[in-house]
Amino acid sequence: MAPRLARLAELWSTAPGWRGFFSSVDHKQIGIRYVVTAFVFLIAGGIEALVMRVQLSHSNLGILSPEAYDQLFTMHGFSMIFLYAGPVLSGFSNYLFPLLLGSRDMAFPRLNALSYWIYVFAGLFLYASFPLGLAPDAGWFNYPPYSSAAYNPGLNIDFYVLGLVFLGISTTVGAANFVVTLLRMRAPGMSINRLPILVWGTLTASVGNLLAVPAVSLGCVLLLMDRRFGTHFFDVETAGQPLLWQHLFWMFGHPWVYAIVLPALGIVSDALPTFCRRPLVGYTPVALATVTTMIVGFGVWLHHMFATGMPMMSLAFFGAASMVITIPSAVSAFAWIATLWTGRPIRTTAFLFFASFIFLFVVGGVSGVMTGAVPLDWQLTDTYFVVAHLHYVLIGINVFPVVGGIYYWFPKVTGRLMDERLGRWNFWTMLIGFNLGFFPMHIAGLMGMPRRIYTYSPGLGWDGVNLVTTIGSFMFAVGVALFLVNVVRSLKHGAPAGENPWDAATLEWSVPSPVPAYNFAVIPLIASRHPLWEERLQETERSSLERGLRLENGRETLATTVMDAEADLILKMPGDSYAPLALAVGLAALFVGLLAHSAAVAGIGVVASALSLLAWLWPERILGQRAESAHG
Amino acid sequence: MVEAELRAQSLPVGSFGRRSSGWFGVWCLIATEAAVFLYLLFSYFYLAAESSGRWPPHGLPSLTLAGPNTVILLLSSVALFWAERSGARRGLRGRLLAGIGAALLLGSVFAVIQWREWRNQTFSLGSDNYASIYFTVTGFHLAHVIIGLGVLAMLWLWAALGYFDRERHAALTIGAVYWHFVDAVWLVVFTALYLLPRLG
Repeated sequence: MAPRLARLAELWSTAPGWRGFFSSVDHKQIGIRYVVTAFVFLIAGGIEALVMRVQLSHSNLGILSPEAYDQLFTMHGFSMIFLYAGPVLSGFSNYLFPLLLGSRDMAFPRLNALSYWIYVFAGLFLYASFPLGLAPDAGWFNYPPYSSAAYNPGLNIDFYVLGLVFLGISTTVGAANFVVTLLRMRAPGMSINRLPILVWGTLTASVGNLLAVPAVSLGCVLLLMDRRFGTHFFDVETAGQPLLWQHLFWMFGHPWVYAIVLPALGIVSDALPTFCRRPLVGYTPVALATVTTMIVGFGVWLHHMFATGMPMMSLAFFGAASMVITIPSAVSAFAWIATLWTGRPIRTTAFLFFASFIFLFVVGGVSGVMTGAVPLDWQLTDTYFVVAHLHYVLIGINVFPVVGGIYYWFPKVTGRLMDERLGRWNFWTMLIGFNLGFFPMHIAGLMGMPRRIYTYSPGLGWDGVNLVTTIGSFMFAVGVALFLVNVVRSLKHGAPAGENPWDAATLEWSVPSPVPAYNFAVIPLIASRHPLWEERLQETERSSLERGLRLENGRETLATTVMDAEADLILKMPGDSYAPLALAVGLAALFVGLLAHSAAVAGIGVVASALSLLAWLWPERILGQRAESAHG
Repeated sequence: MVEAELRAQSLPVGSFGRRSSGWFGVWCLIATEAAVFLYLLFSYFYLAAESSGRWPPHGLPSLTLAGPNTVILLLSSVALFWAERSGARRGLRGRLLAGIGAALLLGSVFAVIQWREWRNQTFSLGSDNYASIYFTVTGFHLAHVIIGLGVLAMLWLWAALGYFDRERHAALTIGAVYWHFVDAVWLVVFTALYLLPRLG
């Protein structure tokens, strides 16, 4: 057995050093990079938030100019929503998908690398605006006419529109990769009724992204054309329609909200049952609720625009559709509560994050229902109440599951457990800090405090709540810092974890920690939803994890049929390649050229991209893409 | 389990037409590209619905060039379909090259005529919001045609180099469905921009 594994490891390993760094297509490395990079942007966005909170801690402070404040809140929103919340979940799914599904890699390993590189370059592109003093400044949803050339002539908005289109490419190719991986790369027997909920969440988010991202990318292109080439899409003077931007933005924006929470709900649905020592209650309703949320989510974008003067019929329809979303959300929430109720909870740090997430999900959900009601929304729109709502949603439903998820999967990734004692400090500081910081924002909003103001007058009664919010936000930041300290310390000093430290049920816990380059020594054969709990659940059929297809003539893995996951084809997988990096660099040159009005740079970018694509797609015999390929 | 191992012996290996990962991938590409055009047409109809004057403001778009050009683009799809069916699948390289070549030629003619069509217009990109959306929608489509021509050119080259045989021509299957998609999008664009205003 051992020489065989050594050969597999050699086949699948990435070269050491910088060569491997720039050419790796290993989904595990890419997944880790995604999570680390997302946390770098989380820290950047967090620092921006803290600076703003200092400015708002008391009335009439002048630490920030209005212009600087505009840039900070725009970049804060952009960083958190586009550069942290989406990519961090891509990181989880990249790392976990093949392991959860019983495969050796994603369907398109090189596309995976491309998606990561574009994400990094788009993030750097955006952040390059800061040192130039030209950061986007029209809010994360960038409404015209304020973002039009007439009122915002600098490069600020060009950074925003080009950066968002660039990042959209990364999101789109990543989404395609998840969809095809799910459809084709499952171990035999992993039929769709046996998929982990995280997989359902990521599938739903990815399909949503494929259909929704084009809306905002198109909006950005149209806005750039208005700004650069004299078109009339959004300018009022020549019968353009500023509201068209709002439609395009929110047709994307609302599904995107679900794209950045559904995989996180999946993390909880898969990991919480491990600590409750029982399977998730209501697997099928939860899976269906995940998909339903996204489908309905495509029909509610107008609730972001209730105050723009819509016909009553539209208000009624979109208000009602927004209320419908509570049904699938409640299905999931009750499933988690029932899992807790009927289980025997073990209170690890990860468990605490998941359990508190349920509470935050309900708070964010209720404030969402409130803003989904048209008459109340007219009162609350553009106030701090909305800021409170969206932070309960994004931090409560994304950051808490993500941090809990890292406590849960850290031992799988590194082979070491994170420190539980420091974990408690980390958890309680984050939970108390978060609620102290963000709950009072509801009150500030009800007291009439508008969002996006750089300061406020004394005597409005807003000083108290704002000071509490500032204190809470700093406490929350300390909590996040404790988390990072725990990660760094545990990398070296954590207790060795072994294969399955939590005695969990799913496939990733059947392989060694850290996971070998080839993932699975043999392709497992799956017989149930809980391959590692079959004995105690007294399942009639048993999965085969030790014996299965060996697939060792080169980098090979199995393709299975879409619904029933029956063996269909042996796939030849590509090895490490520089083509994704080259293509990402070419595209970066194109976007820099467009930004800087340089046709030469943009042209070089297009040519470099085309050549990289050609090298990438050239049919290769080793991948079985050409005639007379040797049958293995 | 032994059964599964035995069956593995008979499984095909590598990239096989509609069982290749790329076939599934190109459908993802088509889905997201179809969404792009859906949002473009949403923008077109939104601007039309919100316009106070006549729509289209410059009169009905002429069918003199656009009508025949639509037929030319459809013929290029037919040629490519024939190349795959009666060329690639039977391993007849001559037919394959002729079919892809014809598709390439007809597609190029479409692009040139479309360029003429643009030059014939009495308005330009910045004239008004109709002009902006007209050139943007047709421009997005033309860009897809030009990329598709690049794809066809590479397929022709790979076919000429003998990379494809009866069983292995996944790249052709994948490239062809993209080209058919570009043609299908034109039918939708043509209907929306050229035919629907005639009903009103």
